[in-house]
Parts: sequence; structure tokens; C-alpha cells
Amino acid sequence: MVVNNTGLIEIRWHGRGGQGAVTSAELLAQAAINEGKYAQAFPAFGPERRGAPVVAFDRIDSESPIRVRAEIREPDVVIVLDPTLLRVVKVTAGLKNKGLLVINTRKSFTEIEKDFGSNWKLALVDATKIAREVLGLPIVNTTMLGALLKAVGVVKTESMFEPINGRFGRIAEKNINAMKKAFEETLVKE
Amino acid sequence: MGKRIGIEVSLAIAEAAKMANTDVVAAYPITPQTHIVEHLAELVASGEMNAEYIPVESEHSAMSACLGSAVVGARTFTATAGQGLELMHEVLYVASAMRLPIIMAVANRALSSPLNVWGDQSDMMAVRDTGWIQIICENGQEAFDLTVCAFRIGEDRRVLLPVMIHADGFYLTHVVEPIEFPKQEEVDRFLPPNQFPLPLDPDKPVTMGAFTPPVMYTEAKKAQEVNLRASKKIILEHWAEFGKAFGRHYHPIEQYRTEGAKTLLLTLGSFGETAMTAVDKLRSEGKEVGLLKLRLWRPFPFEEVRQAVGNAETLIVLDRALSTGGPGGPVFSEIRSALYSEKKRPRIVGFVAGLGGRDITVAEFEKMVKRSSELAKTGGEQEFEMFGVRE
Repeated sequence: MVVNNTGLIEIRWHGRGGQGAVTSAELLAQAAINEGKYAQAFPAFGPERRGAPVVAFDRIDSESPIRVRAEIREPDVVIVLDPTLLRVVKVTAGLKNKGLLVINTRKSFTEIEKDFGSNWKLALVDATKIAREVLGLPIVNTTMLGALLKAVGVVKTESMFEPINGRFGRIAEKNINAMKKAFEETLVKE
Repeated sequence: MGKRIGIEVSLAIAEAAKMANTDVVAAYPITPQTHIVEHLAELVASGEMNAEYIPVESEHSAMSACLGSAVVGARTFTATAGQGLELMHEVLYVASAMRLPIIMAVANRALSSPLNVWGDQSDMMAVRDTGWIQIICENGQEAFDLTVCAFRIGEDRRVLLPVMIHADGFYLTHVVEPIEFPKQEEVDRFLPPNQFPLPLDPDKPVTMGAFTPPVMYTEAKKAQEVNLRASKKIILEHWAEFGKAFGRHYHPIEQYRTEGAKTLLLTLGSFGETAMTAVDKLRSEGKEVGLLKLRLWRPFPFEEVRQAVGNAETLIVLDRALSTGGPGGPVFSEIRSALYSEKKRPRIVGFVAGLGGRDITVAEFEKMVKRSSELAKTGGEQEFEMFGVRE
């Protein structure tokens, strides 16, 4: 457990159009709401383009209704679905001091810290490899949910099952397996 | 009661139209309304919703098809946004003057040019005088509830008017959030079938929306004015019934921490939630600040606004639309006019902000409160400002 698990948690997802960052943000909010919590999920507003860098957001509050309608500028958690974004987008922009950075990467803690400094708590996983193995596709959005939940228990892993089943139908099971595998394989450094 | 689920607000609005047993949807997709009509199309295609979905070639046609549908007594729903609302503009007047209870969700959006698909309330303000009942939502729950209520209000025999439900584009339409869904039988109990009193019928021909020479046009407009004004009482009646049935209560102007407030903020729509957080913060610092949230835009709730303003010294009105070259934002202008004849009235400061998808944060609401006291001190001629402009 890294980030505090009470009060408001703000999460920013980085992906590319078509990789499912928005879907992941929505599934996470639905799981939180099913647990009786308050949550919002939304994309960065505006037109959508396949392949272009995209951003999505979650606000989750275990205690009170969320009363803010604006983009998240200072997230507690940043999740990066696509390793190629690390060269294109400043993913740590606004990330709170000692905030959590969850990255899909084959790199080690040392290598990531060389690029991003040691100011962040890190959770690293080779989600592309897991997604290829389990789903047969390099679509990592549900896989990265497992990585996130390993690092910070914003919702229970079981709470993700219903939203994933609702969204993915017959391929839901594979997505759940990919999430679980990522949960096992993610390395977390406080 | 029903179930609390996490759902995108657009889908919740579509589900409200479905649970209201809408007969006909005629709509043209446009950002940020698209998810509403996409979902309705899916519901009709899958057979979950027993309705006719009329895909049309433009918004002008969408509203025209809605006229034809409503006039035979079919329960009629559509949705649009921004440029789409502007394209149907002339037909909007026909719907209200013909007393047709068409229900329309508007995903509020900026107007071109420059082309901008993001949220503000320029579209809402541009259709202010079209004779529709206009109701504004703050969050997804309200968007669902007020859409259901809109059918009961519009179709009431004493009202018979079209109703617009305004929900901020993106800020509401694209957000997944918790919404309580009632059971179908609860909605059915609340919402009786549409019984349009004079449906077009080939066996009993009548003329509607006919040519009217000068000798009758003013009288027709007077009748419309009397009718729209009188609808306020009936709107309140139906909201009260909704409150009894579902436990959520709606008023023409909502008040938040206004007790003893020397300064009041007034907002419309989803930014009210951010303003609530700002008010909480200012109150915790001992500042006497409260918030008014206008829900009923037409008919305008004069009495309720005057009462809510009470003894405040400063009233800050936020407009997310500009009346270019005019006396300030459209809401500012109306509020000032509503309070003009009061013996004691607050100093009214107008800010135009949040245009074309620009966020207003908690900190910016705090800045507005600070800036308003500066403006109150100087008492200059400039009574409104465009806030947060990058110079």
C-alpha cells in the first residue's frame, strides 16, 4: 500500500487512442461505485484519434460525494499503458510529491529512476508481454488494472470482475486472467 | 427502490427516455451529445426499447420530425448540442407555439467560430426566447431524474409545452458516476401515458400551426406568454411529487450554505459542484460566502431568486456564455433585471468564464470572490469581466 486509502484519490491514465485507457478508467470507477464508494471516470475532453496520446481520469472517494468538475491537474497516481509515451509525454506532470507511477515497461527500477528521478513510488510490469500471452493481443488496459491494484488497493480485485464481465462478455475471463497475472508480477518500490 | 450503478451520464439520459416509454426518437448525432443518441439507437435496434428511431439528415429535420411525431400524440424525445441546437433554432419556436410536449436533452456546447466542440452554455443562451421550458442539471442523477420529470411536466394538460433538459457537454455527458436507477414500475407509477388532447387524426381533420395575420398574432403570443409563466406552479407540483416518490427534491433555485452569507455566488449547471467545494473552503476560513444554483431558466423564477438573494451584499453571477457587446453575460443581465425594482439589492458582479471547455477550478472560484470585493470597492463602470483571460 502506498497512497492513503481514505479520502479522495485522483488517478491519471496515459495511453494511445484505441488502447482502452478510457475503458480502464470507467471500469475502475464502476468497481468503486459497486463497493458503495463515490467515483468519477472521464476522458480528457475533446475529439478522439486512434493512436494519438490520450489521457483519462478517475476520482475515487471512499467517504464523500465528489464535488469537482474539472480535469485532474495534480494526480496521486499516474498509470502509463504505452512505454513509447514516456519519450513523448511528460507523464509525471503535476504528479504529487511521493505520488505513485505505474508503468508498463520491461525496464528495471534503476533504469526508470534514471529517467524520472527517485521522487516517486514505482510499480513496474511488462504488461505487453502478459497481454500477448493471456489475451493474444498487446492491449494492456485490463492488465494494467492488475498492476494498479497491486500498488494501491483503491478497490478490491474481486470488485473488478463484474464491470469487466459487463464490458467484455465472452472475452471477459481472459481479461480477468491478464489482470490477475499482472497483479502477481508487478514489482512495487516504495 | 432501484439500484445505484456507475454509468456514463449520457447513457443514463438515454435510459431515462427508455424508462419513460418514449415512442419516437428523431435525432442527429453531434459531439458531445453523441453517446445519448447512440445508446438510444442501440436500445431500439436490440429491441430493449419499443420505439421508432428516425435517423435524419440534420438537426433541422430532427426537430421537424419531432413536431410530426408529437402532434399525433406519440411520446417524443430528441437530443442535440451546440451547432445542432442552432440548426434547429427556427423549428424550436414552432414546437412551443404549437404546444407540443417534445422532450430534448441538450449537451451544452460552445458555438463556432472558432470551431470548438467543448462545453459551455452559449447554445442554451441562444435559444432562451424560443418558448420552451428550460431546466438545468448539476450532475448525472439530476440529468436522469429531471429527464423523467420533463415528460410529466411537458405532457401535463395544463402545460403542453416542449422541455429542454440542459446537461453540460463533457463535464456531465462523458463522466461515469454513481446514479440511482428506480425500478421500471416506479417510473410507470410516476409517469402516466401521454394523452395529447388534440392529436392530428385524418378522420377528424384540424389545422394546427396555421398562418396568422396581424389581427391574431399578438393574441397568440400573449397566450403563449401566459401559458409558459403559469407552467412554473405546475413544474413545482410535479417536482414535489417526484420528491415524494423518490426522495430527491428539486427547486427552481437551489441554495447552498447561504445562511448569513454576505457574498453569494450564482451558477448554472455542473460547475455548481466545484463552486460548492470552493464555498466549503471559504466558509472554513470564516468567510461568509454562499452559493445559489439556478435550475429553472424558463419560466424564470423571479420570486424565488429574490427570496434566495435575501440580504446578501454582493452577488457574483457566473456566465458561461457571452452577450457580445451587451450588458454582460446573459444570466448576469437577467438577474440584475430581476432585482432592479428591489429597494434593497446587492451589488451584482458578473464574470464570464468557463468558455469552450475551459475549466473553472476551486481556486478560481476563490479568486472570483476576492476579485468581486475589489470591484465592489472601486465601484467602477465595468460591471462584468471576462475572467481568466490569458493576456
